[in-house]
Amino acid sequence: MTARGKRLTLILAALALLGGATTLVLSAMRDNLVFFHTPSEVAEGKAPFGRTFRIGGMVVEDSLERLPDGVTVRFAVTDTAKTIPVVYRGALPDLFSEGKGAVVQGRLGSDGVFVASEVLAKHDENYMPVEAQHAVDQAQRAAATLKP
Amino acid sequence: MIAETGQFALVLAWVLALVQAVLGLAGAARGSAGAMAAARRAAMAQFAVLLLAYACLTAAFLRIDFSVLLVATNSSTRTPWFYRLTGVWGNHEGSMLLWALALAGWQAAVAGFSRSLTAAFRARVLGVLGTVAVGFLAFLTLTSNPFERLVPMPQEGRDLNPLLQDPGMIIHPPLLYMGYVGMAVAFAFAIAALLSGRMDAAWARWSRPWTLTAWVFLTLGILVGSAWAYYELGWGGWWFWDPVENASLMPWLMGTALLHSLIVTEKRGAFRSWTVLLAIGAFSLSLLGTFLVRSGVITSVHAFATDPRRGVFILGLLALTVGVSLLLFAWRAPRLSGGGAFAPVSREGSLLVNNVLMAAAAAAVLLGTVYPLILDALQGAKISVGPPYFETVFVPLMAPAVVLMALAPFLRWKRDALARVLRRLAPELGGALLLAALGVWAAGHATPGAFLGLALTAWVVLASLRLLGERLRQGAAPGLAARLRGIPGSWWGMWLSHLGVGVFILGVTLVGALEQRLDVKMMPGQAAELAGFRFVLRGVSEVPGPNYTAQRGEVEVWREVQMLTVLAPEKRAYFRSAMPMTESAIDWGVFRDVYVSLGDPTGDGGWVVLLFYKPFISWIWFGAILIALGGIAAALDRRYRRLAQRRASAAVPERRPEAVAEAVR
Repeated sequence: MTARGKRLTLILAALALLGGATTLVLSAMRDNLVFFHTPSEVAEGKAPFGRTFRIGGMVVEDSLERLPDGVTVRFAVTDTAKTIPVVYRGALPDLFSEGKGAVVQGRLGSDGVFVASEVLAKHDENYMPVEAQHAVDQAQRAAATLKP
Repeated sequence: MIAETGQFALVLAWVLALVQAVLGLAGAARGSAGAMAAARRAAMAQFAVLLLAYACLTAAFLRIDFSVLLVATNSSTRTPWFYRLTGVWGNHEGSMLLWALALAGWQAAVAGFSRSLTAAFRARVLGVLGTVAVGFLAFLTLTSNPFERLVPMPQEGRDLNPLLQDPGMIIHPPLLYMGYVGMAVAFAFAIAALLSGRMDAAWARWSRPWTLTAWVFLTLGILVGSAWAYYELGWGGWWFWDPVENASLMPWLMGTALLHSLIVTEKRGAFRSWTVLLAIGAFSLSLLGTFLVRSGVITSVHAFATDPRRGVFILGLLALTVGVSLLLFAWRAPRLSGGGAFAPVSREGSLLVNNVLMAAAAAAVLLGTVYPLILDALQGAKISVGPPYFETVFVPLMAPAVVLMALAPFLRWKRDALARVLRRLAPELGGALLLAALGVWAAGHATPGAFLGLALTAWVVLASLRLLGERLRQGAAPGLAARLRGIPGSWWGMWLSHLGVGVFILGVTLVGALEQRLDVKMMPGQAAELAGFRFVLRGVSEVPGPNYTAQRGEVEVWREVQMLTVLAPEKRAYFRSAMPMTESAIDWGVFRDVYVSLGDPTGDGGWVVLLFYKPFISWIWFGAILIALGGIAAALDRRYRRLAQRRASAAVPERRPEAVAEAVR
């Protein structure tokens, strides 16, 4: 092989590798993006069934109840306009509490209950999750435009 | 007065950095020995002055001086002294001061321990580092003054974030910062090479120990951070693909690629522009990591404050660094081309593939990390990219790199035949597949992932043993001990690090395949079973701490009729905050960890308890330690020190016995 041929082979091989990597990245990205929906969007049926997504908002006061097995909990998440019931099996993160912001990830059941696989822990008690704040802002903006 | 002294020192350090940058670069360009010597002294002085600034802030913390805002917001009268000491960097301003101190430390090290460099080259390196320091010290003084006063002075401080009150936090940030900032040295060497147009084997030999040292710090910093997340967050995971973790992984991947590219530049004179590009990339990703972590665009334990000015400033520094260095690269890199030709199947070829895979992995991680931020900024759309994305992308990119990693040391430089090497390594290849099949059968867990992981581990370990055997047989010296001593440090470094990767993969595979978790409600006296262990909750009692009160559970761990240990997980309530804090309890072991953490009280006297069985998780840490040890061994290679004794004559590349032996093989 000539020096130029060798160089060409190398460049083609590197390009093939990069192309393969790009394809891999894009397909993984398409399959694993987790979208965020506000409780209002979920109530309007805009959220996908059978796909993992996130909802965020405030945990409704006095909505937290523990099922008899002691480990499964129910609570409700609201953006002040709509409220979505959530069920979650497992220990809640330290910074989860009623009346505070929370983001949960999971799937929407056919009965309208959001089955959470993950309740996102935040590291600072002063901090409001960005998504939760976003959901509340959206709902309040919508409410403001509806008023006469 | 102490805060004002510190602030004055900070401004003085900025001036010194400016002097160093100007005198270093201009002195080298004009060949003025006086200016170059002054740049060197300025670097030393900058370090001394920043050390003073840092000591001032530490003194304010130790003396509990609440008139300094930072002290009032990050400590309290009840915070133990060692957490007041680490509280210095447990916040945005203080951690940036540590960043600047680390940078000054590296500069002083270059100024003091680089006698082998020509004076002009050292002045250029110091000039580039000084420029970086000017940018960072400006950031510190203009947007993040750690010495800001608080009037009126409060009676009590707000205490340090409870999550950071942990021994792991004493060493994690300094290690990680030394790694991040150390990449600036590799960057400065690359820029100096572009400026001088000189980049030969001697250059690679100067650059390599510095890059290796930074990379070792980065490796250890990531290791400690991961172990901290494992035991402190109470969720039993060791890697979450959190943006902040990714921020440290990206420069590590680039740094790893850079180390390998430097080998080719040193031994064969090839890959020069590529090496420069990787050095620019590694440092840019370090800066990007700092931006991601410190700007508040990402919310995590590391994001202390959300001041948009800071984010914009760091982003500006990042854009300037990347922009200027790429322009310089486009202008000067054509002069660097050349080097030995090689066939696709050769040692060079394998290292090139390694580089492409590492860079692609870093790019994939970068995309997954910043894509949600970009989409949010452009369209206001909220999305997140979860761990499945990273796992899907990372494994197929890294698995071939690992296969190649074990194979590459057997390949010849310049040209080789794949068939020849594969024939030689057939026993190892077959053995690895057989061991992996036996392994998944023995574990009763026959998934493709587990098989792949075990096969990779077995392949790496068997090939490493073979490599050592061949190396020992080849030596000319009589006696095994003499031959072992005759192997250079860089070879041991390669061998240890590669072996470490194998050990690391074993840990990741086994803990992923065999770990078990149980979330269970337990009443005092009640028992639960997991993975052949029996856990009995004796009870939960209140225990006072220095700045918190804890609910401490006592959990007996039994295996058949023998009680192994009593674990004491805690739920702490720090006085500073209303929120509870989980403190898990772990029975560490070489082959398994038993991990207990307390959830919430259920209201009827019972508690939710999280039980984990984590087989082989320690092997993740062992692997990372081996990788870091490899880096240390390579950095201590005799030839770098030998070079140090022979000053300017380094311009002539020497023929070393090892290089000859390798070329002949």
